[in-house]
Amino acid sequence: MKIKKLVLSLLGATVAASGILAAPAMAAEEQFFPMLVYRTGPYAPSGIPVANGFRDYYTMLNKRDGGINGVMVTFEECETQYNTKLGVECYEKLKGKGTHGATLVNPFSTGITYQLIPKAPVDKVPILSMGYGRTAAADGSVFQWIYNFPTTYWSQASAFINYVAQQEGGHDKLRGKKIAHVYHNSAYGKEANPTLGVLAEKYGYKLTLLAVDHPGQEQKATWLQIRKLRPDWVFMSGWGVMNQVAVKEAAAVNYPMDRFVGNWWSGSDADVIPAGKASKGYKSAALHHPGTKFRVHDDILQYVYNGDTEEAKKNNFGEVLYNRAVLNAMFGSEAVRTAQAKFGKKAMTGEQVRWGLENLNLTEQRLDELGMNGFTRPVKISCSDHESGGPILIQQWDGQKWNIVSDWIPTMRDVVRPMIEKAASEYAKENNITPRNCG
Amino acid sequence: MEMLHAFFVAPFQEMWEFPLFLAEVVINGLLTGVMYSLVALGFVLIFKASGVFNFAQGVMVLFAALTLVGLMEKGVPVWLALILTMVVMVALAFAVERFMLRPLVNQEHIILFMATIGLTYFLEGFGETLWGSNVKPLDVGIPSASFDFHGLLLNEFDLFAAGIGAALVAGLAIFFHKTPVGRALRAVADDHQAAMSVGIPLRTIWIIVWSVAGIVAMVAGIMWGAKSGVQFSLSLIALKALPVLILGGFTSVPGAIIGGLIIGVGEKVAEIYWGPLVGGAIENWFAYVLALVFLFFRPQGLFGERIIERV
Repeated sequence: MKIKKLVLSLLGATVAASGILAAPAMAAEEQFFPMLVYRTGPYAPSGIPVANGFRDYYTMLNKRDGGINGVMVTFEECETQYNTKLGVECYEKLKGKGTHGATLVNPFSTGITYQLIPKAPVDKVPILSMGYGRTAAADGSVFQWIYNFPTTYWSQASAFINYVAQQEGGHDKLRGKKIAHVYHNSAYGKEANPTLGVLAEKYGYKLTLLAVDHPGQEQKATWLQIRKLRPDWVFMSGWGVMNQVAVKEAAAVNYPMDRFVGNWWSGSDADVIPAGKASKGYKSAALHHPGTKFRVHDDILQYVYNGDTEEAKKNNFGEVLYNRAVLNAMFGSEAVRTAQAKFGKKAMTGEQVRWGLENLNLTEQRLDELGMNGFTRPVKISCSDHESGGPILIQQWDGQKWNIVSDWIPTMRDVVRPMIEKAASEYAKENNITPRNCG
Repeated sequence: MEMLHAFFVAPFQEMWEFPLFLAEVVINGLLTGVMYSLVALGFVLIFKASGVFNFAQGVMVLFAALTLVGLMEKGVPVWLALILTMVVMVALAFAVERFMLRPLVNQEHIILFMATIGLTYFLEGFGETLWGSNVKPLDVGIPSASFDFHGLLLNEFDLFAAGIGAALVAGLAIFFHKTPVGRALRAVADDHQAAMSVGIPLRTIWIIVWSVAGIVAMVAGIMWGAKSGVQFSLSLIALKALPVLILGGFTSVPGAIIGGLIIGVGEKVAEIYWGPLVGGAIENWFAYVLALVFLFFRPQGLFGERIIERV
């Protein structure tokens, strides 16, 4: 027995001395980003450009800059089919990969985000639900691990009302107007309802809520109601096939397309192209510019596609949802860079990245350095504010491409922020969370 | 009291006050119903001939539409793409008979049903591998303008779809009742053993019926695909056909049509007049409630064959 122990000890010592055991510590550090994608299933037309945008931005970072401050970016896709159960499975599968586990997670689904919210503080993996998910998470005193900048559904709804007011000639002109909200009958689709309701009371417009059941392939009843109601404006929170059918049905009841405005998940290329000529004039909200006119696109084209525009286009280069993923990937990598400035130029843990997210300050100068000046607006996150309440743009489809047709439209922070704090406080009570002091 | 009034009086008052709008709702319901019937027909054909509920019918709609639009994207003219898609659907019928049905001859219907579930997932994956998952616009030249007809707003596309549905039903009725193959199909539907004993080849009949169901799926795929673009969610349209089948009966072609019309009108009227009272989006489940109410009185559906088993 003693001989056996001696042999084992000797073997152990030899192995340790030879450096085999130390090998993992010597391996190049990597910053791992899990990618929850949906390249198949009913929402694939929206999921494909998003997945391609993330992949291309990370690839470009590695090729152009050698990663983030010398730490190579790695990523792995896991197919969720936009299914919440599969999304959670993917998260569990990927959260431990990389040098220190997942950097952060972009669920790209409100349903998956809701399921991951309680897991984030336990696993110490921050969630970046950019412009989707639980709006109340904008209150960082309750939701320490969740970030939903640059703006939320509630802020978006308030900006839409500001846009309508602009078009009608002032907020006082909203009184007596009729506004309909056509929404996907899901947690996501209903998000804008409370804000639109509060603003209806404030400004005196008549709000009609029209739900459309998943998947939204058949909407005749909804649009017959629109035809009868004749609202002055229609706002839509749709997703997937619901958007294409809605655009076509709106045209079928002769609803003026320039008064039909989708939210930022109802304004991709896949939403309008299948509807053909019917979609001309349709509008939607946007967090960023469409197209490929920014320097970041030049870099992606050069480093990822070797200048082959045709190949890039096959991968949705410059489409609305592709650009959204580029923006999202940039936010994540900049959070890592912010964290590295404090903790050192090495692979960051989830906890350090959370600090990076909370201290993110993307100025116009920084956006310019990233090749994204004008592409989006500056963002500054704090302990209490995880949203930053950024303004939105309105884009319009001309039959060939999306064009920006507005300036940046401000949100109604005075209305939305108290609602967020109230909802966050209720969540904290329900879940026995003691809000932290953000000073 | 107020609630009772809202549910049982106000909707009828509204119908009375705005008869033109009610007419528009009913007409649109009828036209939507025809679209549902197009999908339901495929189920009926296969169930009639083999007693198998073909779970894959919805995916066949998607697969046919994907094939058509995929060929068109490759520059094949519409007429040729239509013919080639038909050829693909007939080839699929041969493959289904050879690799799925033949090895399962004389098995329980539930086994065959489960095999069609397998076929569903295979076709889903195969279709996406072959043609991709992106949404594809489908334009085969069907007009889609809306026009005013005595105060009613009608859409050319919906009317065209109704015409196609009517032509398809007429064609199928002639096929089933006036041709030898149709008679053989009916014989197989009535009694497999008896049909085989008089020399009707069961396998050939299965190929024919799956081919016809495939072509019907193609027509349904074109009509629905032209509305929303060809994409994965087309396969979910089968869910809309299910209440139509429950109501119309699984073995009746006219039942699929009448069932579709009743479901179409019923769900639209319910959604518009009663939906707002309960938060809306009731048409999907209301179609099933309507079908179940009919089922309560006629378990075999409106036109289904009554099953009598003697002990």
